Amino acid sequence: MQYMVSVIFDKAGMATPDEQAAIDVFNDRLVAEGHWVFAGGLGAPTTATVIDNRGGEAMFTDGPFLESKEFLGGFWIIEAADLDVALKLAAEGSKACNRKIEVRPFR
Amino acid sequence: MIDVREAVTQAHHEEWARVVAALTRRFGDLDIAEEAAGEAFATAVQRWSADGVPPNPGAWLTTTATRRAIDRIRRENKRDDKHREAQLLYDDDPPEPLGAIDDERLRLIFTCCHPALAMEARVALTLRMVAGLTMPEIARAFLVQESTMGQRITRAKAKIKAARIPYRVPSGEDLPARVSGVLAVLCLVFNEGYLATGPDTDPVRHDLTAEAIRLTRLIRALMPQDGEVAGLLALMLLTEARRTARVSGSGELVTLDEQDRGAWDAALIAEGHRLVRGRLASGVAPGRYQILAAINAVHTSAPDVRDTDWSQVVALYDQLVHLDPSPIIALNRAIAVAELDGPEVALAAVDRLDDKLAGYHAYHATRADLLRRLGRSQNARAAYDKAIELAGNTAETAYLTRRRDQLR
Repeated sequence: MQYMVSVIFDKAGMATPDEQAAIDVFNDRLVAEGHWVFAGGLGAPTTATVIDNRGGEAMFTDGPFLESKEFLGGFWIIEAADLDVALKLAAEGSKACNRKIEVRPFR
Repeated sequence: MIDVREAVTQAHHEEWARVVAALTRRFGDLDIAEEAAGEAFATAVQRWSADGVPPNPGAWLTTTATRRAIDRIRRENKRDDKHREAQLLYDDDPPEPLGAIDDERLRLIFTCCHPALAMEARVALTLRMVAGLTMPEIARAFLVQESTMGQRITRAKAKIKAARIPYRVPSGEDLPARVSGVLAVLCLVFNEGYLATGPDTDPVRHDLTAEAIRLTRLIRALMPQDGEVAGLLALMLLTEARRTARVSGSGELVTLDEQDRGAWDAALIAEGHRLVRGRLASGVAPGRYQILAAINAVHTSAPDVRDTDWSQVVALYDQLVHLDPSPIIALNRAIAVAELDGPEVALAAVDRLDDKLAGYHAYHATRADLLRRLGRSQNARAAYDKAIELAGNTAETAYLTRRRDQLR
């Protein structure tokens, strides 16, 4: 079962060197224990572009699809047997990156 | 016919959780388990009238429910999912030994009380799946529309399935935190029964307190070594023992110091005291429910309020504050301090909680009582007004109103 583990930023600014180091340790563990699928950090919401091609002509809009104080800053996709395993990993991930985290199963 | 109804009711009490748990284990689906269990009990009403009550009602119900579940899955399989049936055909487990079935009920409880579910969903799901209350009963208990309660349960079951909340007793290191999560659910059910909210509700909802005690007894039977489970059960029993003395004939709250102690339930008190003594004898440091139970044991040991060992009560609260520095515990400690060191000292302690408890009716009720005892009628009146405005329980409102109106 795969879970999307989203990192929620509530203020602008990337991870500090200490946070990055802790994230690296956590990532190594995910790989070593077979939970790692994919992960990445995202650019700021201001770098986003929204595209709508439902009307036949693609419309491009500058900025994120939803303006909010909290935004997606990065994510992991992990493999876990069940939600308890995923939650435990996410709790450690939250500590490592020093951010709030949301866990959601893939369908 | 009367006998059959009684037999079904009794079986429902004793076997519902077991049937749902066994089916959930086998089919891996709470929905199927719940529906099939419901059908099995409905069938029992008809069949037992005609054929008599079977020698082992629990086994009969599990077998009947299992057949219903297989029927349903086969019906659904005809439409789509073929491989599920193949899975079912070879899954013909022999009946599990008793110990294993008990474990299944525990699995059910831990799944229903999973921390990834909203608290209100945990409460609803536990009452439905473990206690076997019907949807209308649960909706009535929490004063929400039946459809709202139905959605809450459906959403919770869907999340359990989609997010794969495991059907499992948590492992060693996770167990204490998860047990305390289960106990929090039971405590909430009990409290809602004990101090029911809402202008049109009975002040005490015996159905809810009884259900909470029944569930806690079940968990105690399944986890006899757990101190906090014993503590919560003792706390509930010692509180429930005072239930009838706690509301007057005119529907007014009777405070602990004014209760007719002869009306307390001696059997429940004796059982509660036994549990508390058992925990003391264990020598293991107590958790918060055990300390709260011990405080209640001190109160219920006093034949008259004047016999209460207040220094013991305050000492126990000191221990509790250490474990749980919440303002509500501090407020209750101050109430005991008033008996030991006088209302002035207590009032100073209560006033320090203002920024945290200004929206809590008991904070204002406590202040009102202390101010009244200090002869500060003007301030007491204002505090009673605030407490009445915030109180949700009819008996409490009646009590506070009388006290306010008696001020000179």
